Amino acid sequence: MNANAKKIRVLVAKPGLDGHDRGARVVARALRDAGMEVIYTGLHQTPEQVVETALQEDVDVVGLSILSGAHMTIAPRIKEMLKEKDMGDVLFLVGGIIPGEDAEKLLAEGNADQIFTPGDPLDKIINYINGRVNINRKS
Amino acid sequence: MAIRGVLMHQLVKDLLNGNRRAAARLITIVENEDDQKRSLLKEIYPHTGNAFIVGITGAPGAGKSSLVDRLLQQIRSDGLTAGIIAVDPTSPFSGGAILGDRIRMQDHALDSAVFIRSMGTRGSLGGLSRSTREAIQVLDAFGKDIIIVETVGVGQSEVDIVKTADSTVVMLTPAGGDSVQTIKAGIMEIADVFVINKADLPGSDRSATEINMMLDMNGEKPWRPPVLSTVSINGEGVNELWLALQEHRQYLEESGKLLEVRKQRVRRELTEQVEYLVKTRIWEDVRDTIELDDLVEKITKRLQDPYSAAGELLEKINFFKEDQGEGV
Repeated sequence: MNANAKKIRVLVAKPGLDGHDRGARVVARALRDAGMEVIYTGLHQTPEQVVETALQEDVDVVGLSILSGAHMTIAPRIKEMLKEKDMGDVLFLVGGIIPGEDAEKLLAEGNADQIFTPGDPLDKIINYINGRVNINRKS
Repeated sequence: MAIRGVLMHQLVKDLLNGNRRAAARLITIVENEDDQKRSLLKEIYPHTGNAFIVGITGAPGAGKSSLVDRLLQQIRSDGLTAGIIAVDPTSPFSGGAILGDRIRMQDHALDSAVFIRSMGTRGSLGGLSRSTREAIQVLDAFGKDIIIVETVGVGQSEVDIVKTADSTVVMLTPAGGDSVQTIKAGIMEIADVFVINKADLPGSDRSATEINMMLDMNGEKPWRPPVLSTVSINGEGVNELWLALQEHRQYLEESGKLLEVRKQRVRRELTEQVEYLVKTRIWEDVRDTIELDDLVEKITKRLQDPYSAAGELLEKINFFKEDQGEGV
C-alpha cells in the first residue's frame, strides 16, 4: 500500500429528522474497508451543514442517507447549494428508502448521480465510487 | 505546467483573502503529497506564525472532541477565530478511515469564523497525521487566531503533539489506574494543563489528587501544570480550562519560552527538510542506476547482507566521492 496515494474522501451525511443511522454506519464501515476516508456528520444535519462540511473537508463524494421520506426536498436543495459553492463536480449519492419513481426523477433532473436502496450490495456502492472518482480526477 | 503554476498561486491568494474552499483544497494538496506541495508551502510560510496552537490529547473516548466543541464556544465568545484539526486513525490494513470527531462539533459547522478539518493518520504513529504540521500552516496563514489540534485517541507514548503545539492539554478520565500510572514516562510528562474529564463520575477527585502529587514531586518549575476537572457534555469547568490556556500562553510569551519552543520547532523542520531533499536526491539516483529488486532478491536468499548492500549502493551512485570526498 502506497502511503502517498491519494485517498478518496467521502462525506456520509444524515440530513433531516430521521434518527436511524445503522445503514449509514454500515456503508461508512464498508467504504473504510475499501480504503476510503469517510467523514461522518452524525444525525440531524441541515442541508447547509452538509454542504459546508463537504467544503471544509474537501470531499470527492457526498453520500446522503435519508429514511424519512424527505429526499425529494433535501437532495435537490443540497445539490443546488453544492453547485452554488462551485462543488457541482462532487459525486452526489443518495441512499435510503427511495421509491422507484422518485429515484428516476432525482436522476433525470440531475439531483443525484446515483441512488442506492436497501438490498443493493455494498460492493456496488464501492465499485461505483471507485469508477467515478477516478474518472473525475482524470478529467 | 505554467498554467498550473498560476492556478496554484491563485489558491494561496484566495487563502489569504479568506476563501474557505481554498483552505480546504490546500490542506488536501499537502495531505496528498501533491507535486506542488512544497512550492505552495513556500508561498504560505511568510504568512504563518501568528496563530496560537493548542494540542488536545488523551485516550479514545476521553471526551476530546466534545471538549473541543465546548472550548470553541469560549473562544468564539471572546471574539477569536479558530481552526480545528481533528485526527483519527487510518486502518493499517485497508488504508481507510472513519473520521468521526466533527460529529461533536457540528454546531459550529456554519460559523464562518471556525474551520474544521478531519485527517486520517495515514501511517503516522505519534498521535498526529503525517501532514498535521503543514495543515496547521495553512490554517495559520488563513488567519485563524487559535488552532486546536485534536490527536487520535492515545495510549502512553504518542507524544508528537508536544513538538507541534504551543500548549498541550492531556485529558484523563477517572479510574485510570493507580498512582504508579502517573509517574510513568511519556504522555504524563507532556501536559501543560491536565484535564480530568467526566468529573461527574466516581473517582475523579482521587485521580486529581494523584496527578497533583506527581506534579508536586517535580520540584520547583517555572510552570506548574494545573489539574482541572471538566464535564464536557454540559460544559462544566471549560471556562477554567480556557483561562488556564490563556495563562499558559501569557507565561510562554513573558518568559521568552514561546520563542524558544518555536525555535526548536523551526530547527526540527529545517533538519527534516534537509533530510528530505537528500533522501529524495539519493533515491532518484538509485532508481536511475540500480535495479533494487535484484538486490532485495539476493538479500532475501542470504547471498548478501543489507548492511554492506546499502554501502555498495551508495558507492555505485558516487554518493561518497561526489558529495563528501570520503565515506561517512
